[in-house]
Amino acid sequence: MNMPDSILEEKTGVVEGQPPWRRFASDFCESRLAVAGLTIFVLIALSAIFAPWITPQDPYDLMQIDILDGRLPPGSVSGEMTYLLGTDDQGRDMLSGIFYGLRTSLSVGAASTLIALFLGGSVGLIAAYFGGRVDTIIMRVADLQLSFPAILIALILVSILGQGVDKIIIALVGVQWAYYARTIRGTALVERRREYIEAATCLALSHRRIVFRHLLPNCTPPLIVVGTVQVAHAIALEATLSFLGIGIPITEPSLGLLIKNGFDYMLSGDYWISFYPGIALLITIVSINLVGDQLRDVLNPRLQR
Amino acid sequence: MLAFTVRRLLQSVIVLFVMSIIVFLGIYAIGNPVDILINPEADIAEQEATIRRLGLDKPVWTQYFTFLTNVLQGDLGTSFVHNEPALLIILERLPATMELAVGAVGLAIIIGIPAGIIAGLYPDSIIGRGIMAGSILGFSLPTFWVGLMLIMLFSVMLGWLPASGRGDTVGFLGVQVSFLTWDGLTHIFLPAFNLALFKMSLVIRLARAGTREVMLQDYIKFARAKGLSNVRVIGVHVLKNILIPVVTVLGLELGSVIAFAVVTETVFAWPGIGKLLIDSIGNLDRPLVVAYLLMTVTMFIIINFVVDILYSLLDPRVRLGDMKA
Repeated sequence: MNMPDSILEEKTGVVEGQPPWRRFASDFCESRLAVAGLTIFVLIALSAIFAPWITPQDPYDLMQIDILDGRLPPGSVSGEMTYLLGTDDQGRDMLSGIFYGLRTSLSVGAASTLIALFLGGSVGLIAAYFGGRVDTIIMRVADLQLSFPAILIALILVSILGQGVDKIIIALVGVQWAYYARTIRGTALVERRREYIEAATCLALSHRRIVFRHLLPNCTPPLIVVGTVQVAHAIALEATLSFLGIGIPITEPSLGLLIKNGFDYMLSGDYWISFYPGIALLITIVSINLVGDQLRDVLNPRLQR
Repeated sequence: MLAFTVRRLLQSVIVLFVMSIIVFLGIYAIGNPVDILINPEADIAEQEATIRRLGLDKPVWTQYFTFLTNVLQGDLGTSFVHNEPALLIILERLPATMELAVGAVGLAIIIGIPAGIIAGLYPDSIIGRGIMAGSILGFSLPTFWVGLMLIMLFSVMLGWLPASGRGDTVGFLGVQVSFLTWDGLTHIFLPAFNLALFKMSLVIRLARAGTREVMLQDYIKFARAKGLSNVRVIGVHVLKNILIPVVTVLGLELGSVIAFAVVTETVFAWPGIGKLLIDSIGNLDRPLVVAYLLMTVTMFIIINFVVDILYSLLDPRVRLGDMKA
């Protein structure tokens, strides 16, 4: 950060006057797959955010739903509506249902990841900076938790906490924090021994300033990578819990719940109620993973040309 | 070695103790234990009698002590719904889950290792790339949705395999198993395959990486120079050397197969402990939920302990490193 420009240039081959984010963007765009993933993800996020304005029907508004339209196959026309992806058992348009479901799934995934990132990141940073007994205790707990599979931890938390959007977010945070704590601790332990931290200490800066202004910015790249991948995991885990009927309550259907609803009708051949929400879930997860993979390559200083 | 084992055993006991406190506090302190331990359908006199009998009017640490004593004596409470000891119900359902888990790991090995070796031998061919793309899908597809699609394809559309249940079972060493009857085999295939997908992708990656590394070694060149057939070089020399990481990782993953069985069992209505857990959460049958959690956590701690000991036997650096720490 505080190195003279000439050294920086030698090391990374930066073109003079190019801001770091431009280099980052051009590195990222090197993989067409990642750009495609990012584009798809942005489209999905936009359609989730603007769901109330772009969907043909509001699946929560009982006035707009006719139960006689229940379980229509994709492409059916009924009155003025064309059900591109068919309808569910209540006669709700699947396409609208998926957009609203994405809203719930994405916001739960993003909220839990952000909270977990903040909590886990702080805990890991504290462990690395202070070391000693604090470090041992925090990391033992994290290791202990990581020795159990995520789904088991989620099941324990959900069966203790009960159902509800807030409780699912708490459970997902409980599952995820250890990943961030481990990641940031690993990086911070290396960074802590660097000269710039020594310099900051010699300047008698406060602990808080050193940790947040000097240590944290240099530890963020791996955290961003883990965070991206974990959003996908959080969305998949939430969908799984909702599918099992112990996640999001039915008042705010997420993708997992839509799939669960369709499961009952699948054996009679009405595949679309489960199939299309699953495809939406799949595309979301894969596009996030594509972005995460490329971020890993771009942000890894060892791979930088 | 003995010192390491004892240390590790002591650690496991501490972890077990901590987990029992967490589960106890989670169930008893955060929730209302009266709701949890007493059947909501019981009348007030009965409820008060139970509160006194369970000692819920006593201080927390006394309650924990009672809880711990009961657990150590194998008393994990009585199910509201089945009206039988929770532990007994879980032990009755355990063979079904174990059968599914073993089947899944078996499928992961049988399909994963050959596929991984092929992908490692021909990394740039269409087949090699196809296998790797498949393994990426196996990692990122949500298990429950793949299960639904398998049911849709093989049960509903093609009608080849049944969609739910265990099928005919026969007694084998005192437990009921499916894999010895044809009907049972057709029932176990889809759920086992579904559960195996994630592990299969893992095995494919390990086997591929292992094969690519082993193929460059001198002993492979030597085996070829000796004039051994391709089948023997790959089937004996390569296979033996890639098995070590595969076996280690699969051992570690056996526990997570049992945890993930919750999802597969629900999709395929497989009557194991995972489906029991989900049904119990739905029925508010909390003693069963507590019993399941304690059982599974204990199982995990035992598996982790055994794997650590085995690992330290294979790789002395592990236990030497731990001794120093």
